[in-house]
Amino acid sequence: MKKTVFLGALTVAGLAAGAASAQTLSDVQERGTLNCGVTTGLVGFAAPDANGEWDGFDVAVCRAVAAAVLQDPTAVEFVPTTGKTRFTALASGEIDMLARNTTWTFTRDVDLKFEFVGVNYYDGQGFMVPKALGVSSATELAGATVCIQTGTTTELNLADYFRRNNMEYTPVPIETNAEAQQQYLAGACDVYTTDASGLAATRAAFENPGDHVVLPEIISKEPLGPLVRHGDNEWGDVVRWTLNALIAAEEYGITSTNIEEMATNGSPEVKRILGTEDELGSKLGLDAEWARRAIAAGGNYGELFARHIGESTPIGLSRGLNAQWTDGGLLYAPPFR
Amino acid sequence: MADTHAHSVRFVRDTMLPEQEPPGAERGVVKWMRENLFSTIPNGILTLLALYCIWWMLSSVMPWFLNGIWDAPSIRACREILEGQLGGCFAVLTERWNQLLFGFQYPSEQYWRPTVAFVLLFIAIAPVLFRKVFPAQMLVFTAVYPFLAYWLIWGGSILVPIFAAAGIVAGYLTYSRLVAQSFAMGFFGGILAALVFWFVVGFIPTEGIVALEPVASRNMGGFMLNLILGTVCVSLSIPFGIALALGRRSDMPIIKAICVIFIEFVRGVPLITLLFVANVVLAYFLPPGSNFDLILRVIIMITMFASAYIAEVIRGGLAALPKGQYEAADSLGLDYAQAMRLIILPQALKISIPGIVNVAVGLFKDTTLVSIISMFDLVGMIRGPILASTDWNGVYWELLGFAALLFFVVCFGISKYSQWLERELATDHR
Amino acid sequence: MTTLSDPPQSSFKLSMLLNDTRYRAYTFQFIALVCVAALFAYLGSNLAQNLEDAGLTISFGFLGDPANYDINQTLIEYDNQMDHWRASLVGVLNTLLVSFLACITATVIGVFAGVLRLSNNWLVRQLMSIYVEAFRNVPVLIWIIIIFTVMTAVLPAPRAFRGEDPEASMLFGAIAFTNRGVYIPKPIFEAGGWAVMLVFLAGVVGAFAYRRYATRLLYATGKLLPMGWPALAIAFVPALLVFFALGQPISLELPELGGFNFTGGINILGSLIALWFALAIYTGAFIAENVRAGILSVSRGQSEAAASLGLRPNRIMNLVVLPQALRVIVPPLISHYLNITKNSSLAIAVGYMDLTGTLGGITLNQTGRAIESILLLMAFYLAISLTISAVMNVYNSSVSLKER
Repeated sequence: MKKTVFLGALTVAGLAAGAASAQTLSDVQERGTLNCGVTTGLVGFAAPDANGEWDGFDVAVCRAVAAAVLQDPTAVEFVPTTGKTRFTALASGEIDMLARNTTWTFTRDVDLKFEFVGVNYYDGQGFMVPKALGVSSATELAGATVCIQTGTTTELNLADYFRRNNMEYTPVPIETNAEAQQQYLAGACDVYTTDASGLAATRAAFENPGDHVVLPEIISKEPLGPLVRHGDNEWGDVVRWTLNALIAAEEYGITSTNIEEMATNGSPEVKRILGTEDELGSKLGLDAEWARRAIAAGGNYGELFARHIGESTPIGLSRGLNAQWTDGGLLYAPPFR
Repeated sequence: MADTHAHSVRFVRDTMLPEQEPPGAERGVVKWMRENLFSTIPNGILTLLALYCIWWMLSSVMPWFLNGIWDAPSIRACREILEGQLGGCFAVLTERWNQLLFGFQYPSEQYWRPTVAFVLLFIAIAPVLFRKVFPAQMLVFTAVYPFLAYWLIWGGSILVPIFAAAGIVAGYLTYSRLVAQSFAMGFFGGILAALVFWFVVGFIPTEGIVALEPVASRNMGGFMLNLILGTVCVSLSIPFGIALALGRRSDMPIIKAICVIFIEFVRGVPLITLLFVANVVLAYFLPPGSNFDLILRVIIMITMFASAYIAEVIRGGLAALPKGQYEAADSLGLDYAQAMRLIILPQALKISIPGIVNVAVGLFKDTTLVSIISMFDLVGMIRGPILASTDWNGVYWELLGFAALLFFVVCFGISKYSQWLERELATDHR
Repeated sequence: MTTLSDPPQSSFKLSMLLNDTRYRAYTFQFIALVCVAALFAYLGSNLAQNLEDAGLTISFGFLGDPANYDINQTLIEYDNQMDHWRASLVGVLNTLLVSFLACITATVIGVFAGVLRLSNNWLVRQLMSIYVEAFRNVPVLIWIIIIFTVMTAVLPAPRAFRGEDPEASMLFGAIAFTNRGVYIPKPIFEAGGWAVMLVFLAGVVGAFAYRRYATRLLYATGKLLPMGWPALAIAFVPALLVFFALGQPISLELPELGGFNFTGGINILGSLIALWFALAIYTGAFIAENVRAGILSVSRGQSEAAASLGLRPNRIMNLVVLPQALRVIVPPLISHYLNITKNSSLAIAVGYMDLTGTLGGITLNQTGRAIESILLLMAFYLAISLTISAVMNVYNSSVSLKER
């Protein structure tokens, strides 16, 4: 709020139709902060901590981009968005990028005119049931009451799954994860379904996590990733390659602790990433050390994963699909060349 | 004389008998109970039912309340202390007190600023509410208050609100000079003067002069956000409401139609859809690149909403004025603006005050709806960050009860004031 | 000789547009019209520009696409292969259902509490004013959430009904209160069932006709026929006779525990109940105040006059006070009904699938068509509100006092 409320309101009438779609990068640099859309609160991915600082896996992507573009990982305005508001916020320019566990789908990419720059978490929709029900497979859920967190693709997947298996169910749509948890624990629904990562996070917060099981079926593919507006390819490239740099950094063993050493002694590709060789940064419209700052901001992909959602955290997700391709996972950063 | 009389009458009592106590059933508590609680058999049954209700409520709430834990780091710690006994975990209130009041993003070392602004609010509003008690000079502070509060809450250089105030003063001076010629000229001249003034001072750099640390409005939250939205929107909507009410009663068909359509449209849709507009759609209607933040868009929509309701209240006030007042103003040769300003509006507004206060209370309660569009007001804080945190997951009653209590205190206070004012303003004799 | 009062025969001058009251109105209206048009043009051009930048178009075509999601309470046939338009319609009906239920309940609660607030029982009076103040002064959103939490936290889950020695049991073996909602028996109509219903309806009409006849007779001749028992008999006895004569064609389907849930019977969803009662109790507090004000507005002389005619207190209330108070009560009652309809959009807080939940919720989320969805949403609410207020205004003008 550099301009005051009323002066802003007055001058806005005189604002030239300036910001066309293709200059987000210069807008961000001029503004000095990155407006990043996140969820209103999902522990592990994006949630304000007790001091009001945003923290989490999605938040880390925003911070890495801010570090790359603005030299300062803290120069981020986090804009909490709901399932309803996230796309408008991005389309109308209120935010520069959206890092809000958003599933990459055809409609969103093509019809809604967004550009998914990559995948930072491969997820899938799962089910959680109380152990006492004695259910061991999702195919036994005929007639169950299912709590769904609305606003994601979960409703569609659920309807598809139950239709495919000829089962009846009663959906109970719920706005926030906290309320879904309350409903589920009180027995108002038999099953809670959302992304498997969300289930793990929710279960971790229970008093007795052992009383609940996550069923083996994963009924959908949910590639979650950051997205930007369609048509601004320069900005899309910046976000895409920042994410790729984080992933590649893990592959090549660049961590936030050894980054300086790697910059001088690493392999040629590592040096290209870290800007000691070649001038990849200038091609993006940034300086040479953009990726070095992005990685130094919170560490490489593996470090971020371990810190926010990994097995040592209360959420306790294993890498699974999100391991590097060298470890049998799906993470595969294109070459920096 | 007295003697003869004394002889002719056998006995005359010359002192009053001491008053006797009424019989036991017609006295004190018993009488009161017989009259008020057990006058008839159905009445007695009602009383017993009511007593049972009270007992049932107290017996279920009191142990929970009295056993409450006020100091614990998390709900698990609470449960450990309680060891399975019934008891509330009020520790969440003490631990998250600041978050409940100020949201989670307001810089914690700056909490004194909104607090001071809140305290000053009472001083500013007192002479308006109780005109007879406080000296009229205090109204000067009331006029200064909005700028002061803006500076305190949002921070930044003090020059910004000073310039804003100066612009309004410039506008007023122009207005008072030109109003002698015609109201319209004064009105538009004043607005023009203010705009020109703001445009000119816009070139003066204000950075860092007597500056408080600036706080972005998206960092506002908690009960503070409810209070800000409530007071700002109500005070902004009163002038709009007056204009709409006058427009709706105007003889000019087009102006009347515009006002009627606006009022009926806004009153016909729920506030939540207007908030969806603010949140989801409004950005598309603003010039590309302009970036109104959410709180400003919400203020715009709530003000629209409130002004339609206030317009209807004021229209009621205008309609309630005897026709003679309008005719008297006309016969004095006053033009429309003068008649309204000097004769009609002062009376109509006086009649409308209780209605306006009711709208204000309703609006203040409705500010909780912003929690649905991902703003962290009091209810939003409770439903979002606090209940979602692993520490306090499951502490519903304490938090919701606290929110209800806070709103109750404020709204009950205002509605009691409104009732008092209604009696105070009643000039007719029944 | 010319009269001084003749208007000057001057020709039209441009300055008269501002100074002459005959023309000034046109000037102002013209300016206002231009301003409004300019505002809309400005907003419209911004919209066009923004949409072009984002590469989007406004189109309502998405309404014809399959909705692909399920709704837990459907008053009309619906499955997830039907289109978004159908889903919106389901939402509209759900909105109307909860508003209708809440309006009736709120009226009952309001009248009850309003009359009791004037009771001569001190304790009841105090209790009622606590109720009114507590509910009027706390946001309805908080009440909705609180009542929903009560529903889920206090009532037993269906699994509590299970087992040899269940923790919870059904009321009369037929009604189950669970935190998923209330399960009640469902009537099953066989071949002759509709005949029974028809006879019953005819009986109800007959009962009303009888009451009317009795009232007429009372006013005309002063003869007082018994009102209560004969009316009840006319309403029920023929229907019962037909019911047994046709061999009990209507049976009840009781809810039973099966699988995860109760099956059979009718399930009134927990979210519906929470919203319904929260709206009813909240608005009931406002209506109570109106009822009280309405009753107090009837001058005391009226009830004293009625008492001196020898009417009993409840007759005074029914025959003298309430009919007169109604004129004061009805206009604010209409706006409370409108408020209930509008506040029912808060269903989103408890996951009740009303219009805001389907069209303004899941459909908007799934298709991303924000502008179109919200425009439609507002249009629906506007239509509902305008209809209610039109109907209610007709009623209002029919009961209002015919003055001079």
